[in-house]
Amino acid sequence: MNLEAFQAFAADNQWGVLWPELSMALLAVLLLVIDLFAAPLRKSVIPALALGGQAVILVILVLSFGCAAVGDYFSQMVNLTTLGQVFRVFFVLTSLLVCYVGWVYLQRQNLPRTEFFALTIMIAAGMMILGNASNFVMLFVALETVTIGFYVMVAYARHSPYSLEGGLKYLIMGALSTSLLLFGIVLLYGAAGNPSLPHYTGDGLSYANLNNFIVANPDNLLVLVGAALVLCAICFKIGAVPFQIWIPDVYQGAPTPVTAFLAVGSKAAGFVVLINLLRGPFAALEAFTFPLLAAICAVTILFGNLTALGQRNVKRVIGMSGIAHAGYLLLGVLALIKGVDWAVWAIVFYLFTYLFGSFAIFGVMAHLAGPDDENQELEHYQNLAKNQPFLAGVLAIGLGSLAGIPPLAGFIGKLLLFIAAFEARLYSLLGVAIIGVVISIYYYFGWIREAYFKTLEVPPDEASGETARPYPHPRSLSLAHRLLLGALAAFTVLLGIYQGAFGSSPF
Amino acid sequence: MDNTFINYLPLLAIVIPLAASIVLCWGKSLGETAVKAIALVGFILPAVIALVLAFQFGDAPRGDEGYAFLTDTDLGLQSSVGISLLLGLNGISMPLFVLAGVVGLAAGLHAIQSKAERLPLYLQLLLVMQGGLMGVFASVDIFFFYFFHEFALIATFIMIGIWGGQGRRSAAMELTIYLTLGAMLALLGLIYLYISTDSVSFSLIELRKVVASQPISELVQKNIFGLLLFGFGILVSLFPFHSWAPRGYAAMPTGAAMLHSGVLKKFGLYGLVQVAAPLLQAGALGWSELLVWLALGNILIIGFVTIAQRDLKQMIGYSSVMHMGYIFLGIATMTVVGAGGAVLLMVAHGFSVALMFMLATAIFNRTRTYDMTEMGGLGPHAPLLSGFFVAASLASVGLPGFANFWGELTVFVSLWHNYPWAVAPAVLGVVISAIYGMRAIARVFYGPETELFKKTAAAGNIRDITMGERIPASILIIALAVIGLWPQSVSRDINDAVEGIEAFSRPSMMNHAEPLADAEAPAANTEDTAS
Repeated sequence: MNLEAFQAFAADNQWGVLWPELSMALLAVLLLVIDLFAAPLRKSVIPALALGGQAVILVILVLSFGCAAVGDYFSQMVNLTTLGQVFRVFFVLTSLLVCYVGWVYLQRQNLPRTEFFALTIMIAAGMMILGNASNFVMLFVALETVTIGFYVMVAYARHSPYSLEGGLKYLIMGALSTSLLLFGIVLLYGAAGNPSLPHYTGDGLSYANLNNFIVANPDNLLVLVGAALVLCAICFKIGAVPFQIWIPDVYQGAPTPVTAFLAVGSKAAGFVVLINLLRGPFAALEAFTFPLLAAICAVTILFGNLTALGQRNVKRVIGMSGIAHAGYLLLGVLALIKGVDWAVWAIVFYLFTYLFGSFAIFGVMAHLAGPDDENQELEHYQNLAKNQPFLAGVLAIGLGSLAGIPPLAGFIGKLLLFIAAFEARLYSLLGVAIIGVVISIYYYFGWIREAYFKTLEVPPDEASGETARPYPHPRSLSLAHRLLLGALAAFTVLLGIYQGAFGSSPF
Repeated sequence: MDNTFINYLPLLAIVIPLAASIVLCWGKSLGETAVKAIALVGFILPAVIALVLAFQFGDAPRGDEGYAFLTDTDLGLQSSVGISLLLGLNGISMPLFVLAGVVGLAAGLHAIQSKAERLPLYLQLLLVMQGGLMGVFASVDIFFFYFFHEFALIATFIMIGIWGGQGRRSAAMELTIYLTLGAMLALLGLIYLYISTDSVSFSLIELRKVVASQPISELVQKNIFGLLLFGFGILVSLFPFHSWAPRGYAAMPTGAAMLHSGVLKKFGLYGLVQVAAPLLQAGALGWSELLVWLALGNILIIGFVTIAQRDLKQMIGYSSVMHMGYIFLGIATMTVVGAGGAVLLMVAHGFSVALMFMLATAIFNRTRTYDMTEMGGLGPHAPLLSGFFVAASLASVGLPGFANFWGELTVFVSLWHNYPWAVAPAVLGVVISAIYGMRAIARVFYGPETELFKKTAAAGNIRDITMGERIPASILIIALAVIGLWPQSVSRDINDAVEGIEAFSRPSMMNHAEPLADAEAPAANTEDTAS
């Protein structure tokens, strides 16, 4: 390779563009180093540094939003877009909140702490790159960073058989999804490199080249199979039927903060990849992707809602309802395929409302959970409103938002998705979505009912035995907890009433 | 009064109860008196504002489509999907806005003096409901119209759960799921409407303008109206989607039952008159025949079911379902008289049913039962209470002198012109409601004292109506009587507004011959002048 070509190549590597990802990774390394050399500080400094460091990154990221030039970097490995920048904010926020929930969780567990924070932050950095990847190699590397991190985190509570079981299941299912993804990529690469086809390319991994090729050969069988496999792998991440089977056990077994991370972060990462692919290389495959995803969407909404009905364990309820939410989001993706461009904004808005609503709930769950984290039943929420009115209020707002009840943010999210779907004329899918929403009222409000409705308390002498006991945790919350949970609830209400600058599409 | 300030009064009427509700979050540290005082302010001010606006309404400068007091606030969604908090009142929404204010005041007063446990939370939820209700009728933007309705609905769910009566756990769930289904269908219909008009805004004014210049195709109109009819119909307990209502009302605490049956349930009817029919004339005509049949189902079938009730609260719940039938009939005629009568009847029914639910609780507090066969002989012990109850029952039957009479009369008149065959069953409904009304009076207040009643009477807690019950009851009775004796106070504005809507200009079928003859005559004249 001559020097000039190398220089041209290197000139593209503007590391400064990736400063948020790099600083997240550095923060994670810093935590590990401190843990190594200053062990006595572990308890106090590490959580504070993890939370504070991410808060600083988040603030700078928000303040400098839009400063970085949009475009290709690193020889088209990274394509920085507005969407990718929004998702950077999303993932840093997610990771920050996961660390908060994790901090609450770890106080009650005898588990190593530093690794938890370091892993969370590292995974978040992977997700951030994922949002801006514009090459299948980049996509794969980032996705594996995320997935391998999750393998460890799901099984983090190593003394709990549930957590280990969840970890094993996630490992096997994750490996399957990875292999599907890889196989799909290879098929696409192979097909695109066939010199007998028009617009063949030597670099079939880059989105731009692949797009050129697919536009010229939209009916090539290998391309279709490859695209289908890649989409299947993404459906694993977002938890769409029929790739949802890992969800209930993994969600229940994983520590609560990890469940939250899977529910929000992993799902959002799946959607950003999906949007990037469908707007990029797979744009020409509309006739193929639309029916495929439409079928998945309908089944996902119904399956998620119906299976959530019978659950008593709240982590499983959240898991199943998360499947349904993936279905609603797919509605937006389908509208996008049909050419409703602002549907991207609807999806992003929905994901943000989902973030606030979910973490309000997970925050409450973490505070109420006993030492056996996987055992969180609906019965444990009885009389919560009486004993802990603040937590009950936050819980009700979070659940109401997920259910899509005005004046909460989730309703606006659903409204935007529905309007987008209407514009794309997806009438029958809208019908399915409405049925799903109505079913979901039963379990969301069933949960609120446990917390708010008065229940007859079993006299203590009868209660001894197998009856589920409410958690003995009427601890008072410190101001910091109240502020953070209150802020999540307040955001959920505020975003439902006043959208301000978020009320119009930035894309 | 300054014009710009008065325009912000509708917004204030929504914000004040909500703000009061937020302040009550700190109820524990405020003390009981302060809580009650704040709640009182939150209930009185909207009612005062509503009355002030009603008196100013006649002289107020009108904007498009007869709306007065218009204010527009962009909350962020205007540029993207055309949603903004556009508030204003026209002749149809004005009386209902007053209804919401006054019934809210009565329910609030009743709640403040009630001995409900966790009173601050109870008042808080009631205030949220009140804010939502004021918003429903003040919204010109159909998105916010829906939005405020849900506001009020969710408060109801929690209120049933905490303070509800028997069967509250399942009743709350049934009510919420059923009503969410209705609300979702209505929401789909509203979005469908917005999409198929190419309108850039959810504002009703804008939508009417767009529809007037480019009407929607008839098939699409029928589809949308179907969605709205069944969506709203579920919310109004249109037969056969009524099963949530009696159970739900029986389980609701009094304040919530008053507000829900009196005001919130009018949401769907109001939506049909104000939104669906004017924008979807062809769709409404297509569905009106079916609507008449379903409304007759409300009147006759539910009427007979009402007669069979033993439980006082269930009886009132069923009777309120039954009376919805008349309002639907009025709307189904698609005439000025019918629609105007429907709006008048909405107002009248709102006052009377709220009064009935309040009095039912007052009776329960004295007899400790809702079972009418277990009651009897309360009259001599509580003469004033029985007086109120008799008046309320007569009002709801439709006795002249009360507001309901005028509403039912106009509905019958309009029915006679368009669906003459439906008049007989509809009038039979009046007889039915007289039967159960009178029977209830006889069973509760007169007749021999039952064993149970003797027992409670011996315990010595039978008093006549207390001050805390008397004031709200008087407010509602006075409202009914004022409209009953001076219907023009309300009907003029309603009429003006309804006449301005083209959809309600359907010619009466009875006089078909005459308009046709009239139409020929001018045609001949024009020919003459041309030649």
